[in-house]
Amino acid sequence: MDIFLQQIVNGLTIGSLYALVALGYTMVYGVMKLINFAHGDLVALSAFAGLTIYTSIFADGGTSIIAVITVFMFTAAIIAVVGVLLERLAYRPLRTAPRLSAVVSALGAGLVIQNSIMLIWGPNMKIFPSDLFPSTIYDINGVVITFTQLMILIFSSVLMIALYLFINKTKIGTAIRAVAIDQDAAKLMGINVNKIIMIIFIIGSALGAVAGLFIGIYYRGITFDMGWMYGLNAFVAAIIGGIGNIPGAMFGGLMLGLFNALISGYISSAWAETFTFMLLIVVLIFRPTGILGEKVAEKV
Amino acid sequence: MVDHEILLEVKDLHVSYGAIKAIKGISLYVKRGEVVTILGANGAGKTTTLRTISGLLKSTDGHIYFDKEDITTVPAHDIVGRGMSHSPEGRKVFGTLSVEENLHMGAYTLKTHDEETLGWIYKILPRLEERKKQLAGTLSGGEQQMLAIGRAIMSKPKLLILDEPSLGLAPVLVKGIFKAIKEISSTGVTVLIVEQNAKAALKLADRGYVLELGKITHEGTSEELLNSTVIQEAYLGKKKK
Repeated sequence: MDIFLQQIVNGLTIGSLYALVALGYTMVYGVMKLINFAHGDLVALSAFAGLTIYTSIFADGGTSIIAVITVFMFTAAIIAVVGVLLERLAYRPLRTAPRLSAVVSALGAGLVIQNSIMLIWGPNMKIFPSDLFPSTIYDINGVVITFTQLMILIFSSVLMIALYLFINKTKIGTAIRAVAIDQDAAKLMGINVNKIIMIIFIIGSALGAVAGLFIGIYYRGITFDMGWMYGLNAFVAAIIGGIGNIPGAMFGGLMLGLFNALISGYISSAWAETFTFMLLIVVLIFRPTGILGEKVAEKV
Repeated sequence: MVDHEILLEVKDLHVSYGAIKAIKGISLYVKRGEVVTILGANGAGKTTTLRTISGLLKSTDGHIYFDKEDITTVPAHDIVGRGMSHSPEGRKVFGTLSVEENLHMGAYTLKTHDEETLGWIYKILPRLEERKKQLAGTLSGGEQQMLAIGRAIMSKPKLLILDEPSLGLAPVLVKGIFKAIKEISSTGVTVLIVEQNAKAALKLADRGYVLELGKITHEGTSEELLNSTVIQEAYLGKKKK
């Protein structure tokens, strides 16, 4: 039982990170019908950029709440700008081109970011300092939860709830949903579609940046090609939840995290990836649009 | 240069889809307060004309003036704020948004929440109020059309463009839709309407244009067009005696 509860805690932690990354995939897909394959590499870039910001600014001053918050804000802002540039340079020129061209461009952009990370920071693993968060460990009846895990769970929940409310309750959020349904009709409402797409890339990249930093703090070791693994898992999570669907990405991320943790705990972590893709295949066979995909078919 | 009475003027407009010329030099105007209709068979270029006026398509040549300004190269989303609203062919309501959210999207360009216009829309299209919490995709075709029109007038336009508002609707619903359009026009909104139902459109309109294969072949007041034998044969289904 302890193993089970422990793996639930671990699964929710990694699941929250998957969910944050999956939101970036699903929002871009929802609005542009494009799989942003470079998104995972933005997550990796965030971990490296965050590490550099932290070590260069706060190296000798020790750690403080302010230092950590500054690192998060700076990094999220930088990655958001990179995300917007990515859309401008790699996707906007192909907006009216066949979808395959944009997908190839996305793969290419991902490689460019990945190789840039390697050229700037080198091919070897970098290690995050262990003192960003206190090393407090809470022991609740044998189930161990670290301060970092607690922060990941709290912050991702807050961000996801905030995003959900923003999308569903605000004027801009409604406009984002309108653009996702029909871009021409949205233009006829006076909605600037380019601006909405920019907002999508800002939000998606910033959420990915937060996930990238948490990955660095939680796992400590970061490599230039880690974006591929986290990106792929998050992409699978987005598809399982129903790509294009925001609650679906949150649900898919948490579900995949739990599933991974339970497989790792009871079978072997070597099998986790295999089971991830088996789960994907099973979901796609029975629910081709994902678990929460396609609420209502549009009437013609 | 531009007559102040004229709200919309299209001058020698050309539009192409790649190598195919869809609109080959048409000119038309709409005066403030008028209802003007464009008639024509399928593929004549009616929808293309409207989509070019509202900025969704770019013209290859010619000019469009709206409210004394050249809007030929202004993007669609900026034209809405200038007082032009286009209810597109096929209704294009936002299916997974509620009726109310659809209407609020219609008022996207307005700074403040406009409860007055919303109330007025609910008055002339009462079905929308009954269903305001429902997803637009679950409405019937007629209700979706009402929503599309309601959504288009939420921005308080000077010019309302309607593309085939009666398409695919039962005759009893068509009557209701036309009644609502008449009500809207009576408040001073200028209307440019494209319709398959030529008779109903001409009854509503002050003037009309006939579009054939990308060119305007006839124009005149509604009475002139209703009484023209050519128009009667081609669009009103009357046989030569």
